[in-house]
Order: sequence, then C-alpha cells, then structure tokens
Amino acid sequence: MYSSVAGCYDAFQDAMTRTATNEESVARARGRRVPTSTVSGVPVNALYGPADLEGVDLDSTLGSPGQPPYTRGIHAEMYRTRGWTMRQFSGFGTAKDTNARFRYLLDHGQTGLSVAFHLPTLMGVDSDHPMSEGEVGKCGVAIDSLQDMETLFKGIPLDRISTSMTTNAPAPILWAMYLAVAEKQGVDWRRLSGTIQNDLLKEYIAQKTYIFPPRPSMSMIVDTFEFAARRVPRWNTISISGYHIREAGATALQELAFTLYDGIEYVQWARRRGLEVDAFAPRLSFFFNAHNDLFEEVAKYRAARKVWHRVMRERFGAADPRSMRLRFHAQTAGCSLTAQQPHNNIVRTAIQALAAVLGGTQSLHTNSLDETLALPTEHAARVALQTQQILAEETGVTRMADPLGGSYYLERLTLDMEEGCWDYFRRLDDMGGMVAAIEQGFPQREIQDAAYTYQKAIETNEKVIVGVNDFQIRDETPIDILTIDDSAAERQKAALLALRERRDAGRVETARATLADAARSGANIMEPVLDCVRAYATLGEICDTLRDVHGVYEEPAF
Amino acid sequence: MTGDRRIRVLVAKPGLDGHDRGAKVIARAFRDAGFEVIYTGLRRTAEQIVNAALQEDVDVIGISVLSGAHMTLCPKIMERVREAKLDDVLVVVGGIVPDEDVASLKECGVREVFGPGASMRNIVDYVRENVR
Repeated sequence: MYSSVAGCYDAFQDAMTRTATNEESVARARGRRVPTSTVSGVPVNALYGPADLEGVDLDSTLGSPGQPPYTRGIHAEMYRTRGWTMRQFSGFGTAKDTNARFRYLLDHGQTGLSVAFHLPTLMGVDSDHPMSEGEVGKCGVAIDSLQDMETLFKGIPLDRISTSMTTNAPAPILWAMYLAVAEKQGVDWRRLSGTIQNDLLKEYIAQKTYIFPPRPSMSMIVDTFEFAARRVPRWNTISISGYHIREAGATALQELAFTLYDGIEYVQWARRRGLEVDAFAPRLSFFFNAHNDLFEEVAKYRAARKVWHRVMRERFGAADPRSMRLRFHAQTAGCSLTAQQPHNNIVRTAIQALAAVLGGTQSLHTNSLDETLALPTEHAARVALQTQQILAEETGVTRMADPLGGSYYLERLTLDMEEGCWDYFRRLDDMGGMVAAIEQGFPQREIQDAAYTYQKAIETNEKVIVGVNDFQIRDETPIDILTIDDSAAERQKAALLALRERRDAGRVETARATLADAARSGANIMEPVLDCVRAYATLGEICDTLRDVHGVYEEPAF
Repeated sequence: MTGDRRIRVLVAKPGLDGHDRGAKVIARAFRDAGFEVIYTGLRRTAEQIVNAALQEDVDVIGISVLSGAHMTLCPKIMERVREAKLDDVLVVVGGIVPDEDVASLKECGVREVFGPGASMRNIVDYVRENVR
C-alpha cells in the first residue's frame, strides 16, 4: 500500500494522532481488570493444576487419537496423514457466473466445491417471485431449475470432485437436481460424494430459513437418509450445524448441546422409520463455529467427539465405529467480526481458525475481513484462504495430534463442557425431544437470552471489542467492497421465462401431482422429486406443491 | 414528543432474510427502555409492515435487513409510508449497510442507519431524542 518505509512511518504517525482516545486507552489498559470469564460467560480460575482433575481417569476420558472415545481426534496421526480440507463457500449472480468461478478454483488445485445459494432458492421461491425482488444473485447463486444446475456444473466432472451444498428446506430438491446432472453426465450415483446441509432443526432454532413445519421437515430429511443409504452411499446426507446457533447468540455450551441433541433427534426419527442405525449414521456430519475464546472452543470440539461417541454407543447401540466418530467442518465466527477497523478481522479469523485446527476439524472455512460490510472481494477472499495455508504450512501445529491434550485447564474445560451437555440433554429429554422443545420455544429463548446478555456486557464494557467499545479510531479510511449489480436478476428472470415456455407443461403437471400424492401418503418423496426435476419443474413450483400439502411454518412470538 | 404516552416502536423484518438476532436484541433493549414494542415477525412485505404501523399507531419503525437487499426493500417501505401519510413516524434502519448506501437511504426518508457495532444505548437515545 505504501511505497516506502518513510511512507509507512508517516502512516503510523498519522494513525497515532488519529487515535484520539489513545492516552486514555493506555491508562485504562494499565489499570484494566482482566476478564475472569470466557466469551460464553463461564468463570475461569487464575490457575489450574492437578487438583482440578482430581478423581478423573485421564486414560479413559481421553483415549488415544483415532481410538474411542475420540476426545483427542478421529485419526491416529491427524493432520500428518490427512490435512483438513480448505473449503471456501462461494456463489453469486447466475449459474454461469458461479460456474466460471468454480472452474477457476478447480484449475488452481481446489478439489472440493461449496455452493452458496441465493435467498430465493433457500426459501423455495423462483427468481421472478415478488418476494425475490432485490435478492436475486445477492447472497449466493440463483438456481431455479435443473437447467441452472446443469449450467452450474458445466464442464465439471461430478465423479472427480466433492460438492457441499448449503441448503436446508429445499435440500431434497437441490440434491435431486445434482443427481439429475450426474445422470446426464453419465456418472454413477454410487461414485458421487458431497454434502447437503439439510438440517432444519437449527433453522427453527436459529437461522430461520425454514419453509414447512418441523414434523414434515423431519420426514423429508429421513427420506434423504433412506434414499442415500440405498442409492448414493458416499453422500453426507446432513451437516448437523451449530454454526448458526452460535451466530444467533448462543454460548459455546448451548451451541454444542443443541447441535448434538439435534443429532439425537435425527437418529431417533430415522430409527422410527425402521432404518438400522449403522446404515445411515456413518453419513452424519457436523458443522461448528470457531469463536474467539481459543481454549473454550478447543474444549468444545473435544467434548463434542466424546459425547457423540457415548450417545451413539449407549443410547443407540451403534456397532460400526464410523457411526461413533464425529466428523466436523468448522467456520470462523462471522458474528465476532467488526465493521470498525476491518483489517483486525484477519487476526480474529486466524485465531479462530487455529482453535478449529487445534480442536481437530476435518474441514475449514475462514471468513474474509470485509464480511460485516458485504460479500468478500477477491483480495479479501484470498487473504482468508491464505490464513489457512499459513496455519498449515508455517506454524507447525499440524505436526502432532491434539497438541493441547493434558493441559489442566483444557481438560477441565472439556469435562465441564461435557457435563453441561448431559444437563441440557436431560432437560430436552424431559420436554419430549427437540421438535417438542422447539414448539415450546425453549432453545430459541435460551439463545435470545444469551445474545442479550452478551450485548449488555459489551455496552457496559465488561467485554471489550477492539475498535467497537474501546481503542476506537476517528476518521477511519473506508475499504473497497464488492457490489453486485442487478443485471444478473434480469438475465435470470428472462431465462426462467423461456424455460417455462419451452418445457413440456403436461409432464410437469403430472410429476407435481404424483409428488403431492406421495407427500400426502407419507411415502418417500425422493423419486417423485427427481421426476419433477427431470421434467424441469422449477424449485418454486415443487416447493409450492409441498406447501399445498404441508402448509408453511410461522414462528410463534417468544 | 409524545407527552406521557410511551413511545411505540414497530420492529420490522422485510424481505427473505431470516437473521433476527439484531431485531430481537434491539426489541428487548427498547422494552427495557420503557417503549412499547411490536415485532412483525419474519419476511414481511412493505404493505404488511406499513399496515402494522398504521394499526398499532406507532411512533417509530425500525427496519432490520442483513441480506444486502436494503436498497430495494427500504425505498418500497418508504413509498408506502408516504402513501399512508405516516410522515410523523420516525423510520430507522439497522443491519449490514455499506456507507455509500446510507446517503441514498436518507434521501428516501430513512432518518438514521445503524450498522454493525452500533450500541443499544445510542439507538435508544436517538429514538428518544428524535421521535415526534
């Protein structure tokens, strides 16, 4: 940015003089009381020692990496033998725009894709629906029909890559479109690998991108488990997500407990359908947040593996080790980033990514510094990816499994996190499970309370956010941000109109009627959805058919 | 000012965006400040929002948008606000709004925009001082 050392120095002087509150800040920092609780508000002692682990049998509570209860990681040598996947989430504009970006990424050595869909697709409405105005191509790529999905993966052999699709309420439909593209490419479904997020419980709890009420949603999710077990065995049918629960304001413990309990709920519904636990449980995967409090986060991931192992073995009688091994993806915490002094976000993201790696994540997305302002620019996205590359290549944290294992503090935190989980599980069991708890508004209220408590702690300066409630600077220089123009929306709507005229309308109507019958009767909807998709019924039309049968969900006021 | 009457605020979520952490937190801060708060729920159209403002006879509409669609959604709401002759109602926006969009939002009648990091106290104070 600056062409000389002198230029740098001038800029530094300039920044110092602009730091109007500098002197007061320094004075305050000297007399500052160090926070005595974690980001989640858990009190912490000044020192931890053997007394904190008295009576704990570390051998059995930890095990070895790659061995039950997997506290220390799911592989014996962790990143020595298998690095984490650097999977950056992307999507914007039309399918053609995103296809070009995907091919660029693949040409540069990326092996996995991660698709971000725009809000209309996530909400099951077409790009020309009145509610879509202003949203087309903004937060992700616009997909209205199989035609768009064909364009999205044009020239990309689906048997050679893995694809993660962040979609929930319409997950069976978008997955069906992907399967239909594979058919057209002549790729055997048994060779496909990838993930659909497909986790509706966390939508009712936190992110609120739901369409149908909880019970029919659960049924559709089990449909995908059942279909994958028979036809697409390498597909991860769900990514049970704590990320959004944390972003909505939950504590680390709430994120962990609600997410794992969501997992329990899915297993229960699948078993009620008559599925054998080991037939689908190996394909369950998890997705956690990586927030600022390094040790608390590492404890969370370790406790997650240990608790899930016990749940699957004791509660569900799983026998296949793969059913008991919790695999997860992590993403750094978007909610921790600041619009003020946005370059500081690079540092926050690096520390959060470090926590995920020390906690043994299988894949990672690092956020860009400008994400509190807009979608990332290419430069910001590259810095985010290179943050992961620096961690992997330069810091040495990949040399051994579970490097923090045995720390008095970390082991105490891990045990407390686990205990907290069992407490929440008992309360949720008493309520009759997660669907019932959601209907009563329990997790929603817990999270709203935590979000408000956190915000109040910032307002009273009990928690300091650098650049927001302390160490502010005046006259910040704005950074360049990405803007997405509205021409994508026009192109998308024109293509949709042409498709509606070109396709066989009779075939669409027959396929939709068959789907409605299946949905009404409680039969698995995957085959009828595939037929709708092959007939080029649009996503909005297919969702409308399901809306007619199941109705839509309106959140009660809590 | 509204005399002895408590300030009535409509917290509104337009568009397809479901991110409601900010809306819920600010609704609670308003309640704690002694305001009457009505929350629209998610995914409301401009018509629904302005009808709710009319029916509830509010002094303030607080619009929360995090999806990037604010430049489409907010002008539409302001158009309806004018049609309904709610010129006395103070309209503020919170969410992910780039600096360069703030001026255009103000031009169409939004009085203030609160971005990431805005404090609840400042927002409450602003409403108290500016409500008619």
